[in-house]
Amino acid sequence: MYVAVKGGEEAIDNAHGLLAHERRGPVSIPDLSPDQIENQLALAVDRVMAEGSLYDPALAALAIKQARGDLIEAIFLVRAFRTTLPRFGNAEPVETGAMAIERRISATFKDLPGGQVLGPTFDYTHRLIDFLLAAGVTPPAPAEVTTEQEASPRVTDLLDGEGLIEQELRDDGAEVGDLTRAPLDFPADRDLRLQALARGDEGFLLALGYSTQRGYGRTHPFVGEIRFGEVMAEFVPEELGFAVPLGTVSLTECQMVNQFHGSAELPPQFTRGYGLVFGQSERKAMSMSLVDRALRTREFGEDVVAPAQDEEFVLSHCDNVQATGFVEHLKLPHYVDFQAELGLVRQMRAEYMARQQELKEAAE
Amino acid sequence: MSAVAAPQASGYNFAYLDEQTKRMIRRAILKGIAIPGYQVPFASREMPMPYGWGTGGVQVTAAIIGPDDVLKVIDQGSDDTTNAVSIRKFFAKTAGVATTTETKAATIIQTRHRIPERTLTEKQTIVYQVPIPEPLRFLEPRETETRKLHALADYGLMHVKLYEDIARHGHIATTYDYPVEVADRYVMNPSPTPKFDNPKMHMSEALQLFGAGREKRIYAVPPFTKVRSLDFEDHPFEVQKFDKPCALCAATNVYLDEVVLDDRGGRMFVCSDSDHCEERRAEGHRGELSGEAA
Repeated sequence: MYVAVKGGEEAIDNAHGLLAHERRGPVSIPDLSPDQIENQLALAVDRVMAEGSLYDPALAALAIKQARGDLIEAIFLVRAFRTTLPRFGNAEPVETGAMAIERRISATFKDLPGGQVLGPTFDYTHRLIDFLLAAGVTPPAPAEVTTEQEASPRVTDLLDGEGLIEQELRDDGAEVGDLTRAPLDFPADRDLRLQALARGDEGFLLALGYSTQRGYGRTHPFVGEIRFGEVMAEFVPEELGFAVPLGTVSLTECQMVNQFHGSAELPPQFTRGYGLVFGQSERKAMSMSLVDRALRTREFGEDVVAPAQDEEFVLSHCDNVQATGFVEHLKLPHYVDFQAELGLVRQMRAEYMARQQELKEAAE
Repeated sequence: MSAVAAPQASGYNFAYLDEQTKRMIRRAILKGIAIPGYQVPFASREMPMPYGWGTGGVQVTAAIIGPDDVLKVIDQGSDDTTNAVSIRKFFAKTAGVATTTETKAATIIQTRHRIPERTLTEKQTIVYQVPIPEPLRFLEPRETETRKLHALADYGLMHVKLYEDIARHGHIATTYDYPVEVADRYVMNPSPTPKFDNPKMHMSEALQLFGAGREKRIYAVPPFTKVRSLDFEDHPFEVQKFDKPCALCAATNVYLDEVVLDDRGGRMFVCSDSDHCEERRAEGHRGELSGEAA
């Protein structure tokens, strides 16, 4: 017989209790510490910081633990924490040219000032499962050599010197936008687009970047340079009037160099696509720079013909916290609306049957 | 259940949002009230619940709620659905305000998908959770275009859509989120309430606020404002009708939920507004399946 749907509150509490239990898993297995996550699952931590828009490795590690390894859920936790933090000002632009480089590669020049620095990378590894890892073997110490770090100017600056690449707009004095503090309006300027992409879902941007390579808005890209390492973040307190260091952040920067044949207004030159993300994520930085260049289509007088070039499409759908919320809200009850649709379908079916009946009778 | 007060959580501002953010939202609300039915962009914050789960409504409620308010939260007409429980607990925890399930005891009612059956009064504010605020969205996906259409009051697309429904089906085939025209000017989405509830919006004594968090829009219908469901002279607007009264409280002229009783086609129809139904049963009304006093 009919049982009224009651007791929702108790059921929710119990469900969350069960979640906490499942998160811990069997107590015979040692509890995972946020420290272990921060240091041994560092790339997951980097992704959560990048898409969570908050540089705090310890917090990101804790969020990953709380989210049971679901990175989008962890990003969501970090975002909901970030939104409550007070803003006391904007940092100075970071100088990536002065980065303490851990990895730096260029695909456009065989050698260049500062050299190619491979650093820690999965590239050129054979993707064979390493069963020794399961045994907990400590790896041998990495090779070391002491040298002074050579100055490593950005590849795009080298091209810039010859006028072969578009001039990057220097500071135009306008305040930098922040889409977490003001609603996004279209058309959006490049600062807001880059912010949206830096926070955007890695998978979504990867697919969009890939689509440009397959002909949906081709941009003829070359990796001018990818660099990863630490840079100093600085801030100018009003009462001091000069920049003071706040600390260092790890960043991956990608400068894509794109062929451009010129238009009526512009001479042939290389153009830029830019990617910058927290932590080490070359996939994300590269995808971002491909999509950044694609979104500049109109700027170069080209036609918008592909999804990756369509600003409203890309910016409205790249945020995975928004996307996951709206997709998953379909789990919420919709029985009032469904009831309305049930009534309509029944009515339309009755009308259809009546018409069929009439036709049949007319035919007989 | 009468109003219950709860102790407030420490470490957060009253009703979670900081006062600067509340001020920003209140400005958007005031602008919305000044231009009934117009979608005001606002700097929607990331909330500790997911987008699409009422973040817009929660932000509006957080911006207007005071310590003396009594809050009711419903989803699908019911106070007991999981998300309504979650949002009610959120405000009980972060604002320490009294909550209630009684429509008449509430000063603020946050809702998803229904308007209570009991007529709201001028002492009440109803806050709707809105997934897609733009009535023209599924006719024109671009925000840049739809804003232009609203500015020009160019609602031809919508009329063509409704006309095509009639041409194809003999009647308008929109059953919820049925578009309305507010104060003879803006066409507005009432949020996915069944069209059954549309007439309740017209000349309502209560202030009606709409919050869409993911889409970053707030809009409003001030008290005593004309709200007209779009229709044609020869195809006037009609609401859903049910053949039977509520099986528990025998109410007629209310919106009913269909409950599947067995796998042999057994169905019962009960009030979607659970408080309305309980109140009627407390008054002694009995439906065919309610048996003796519950």
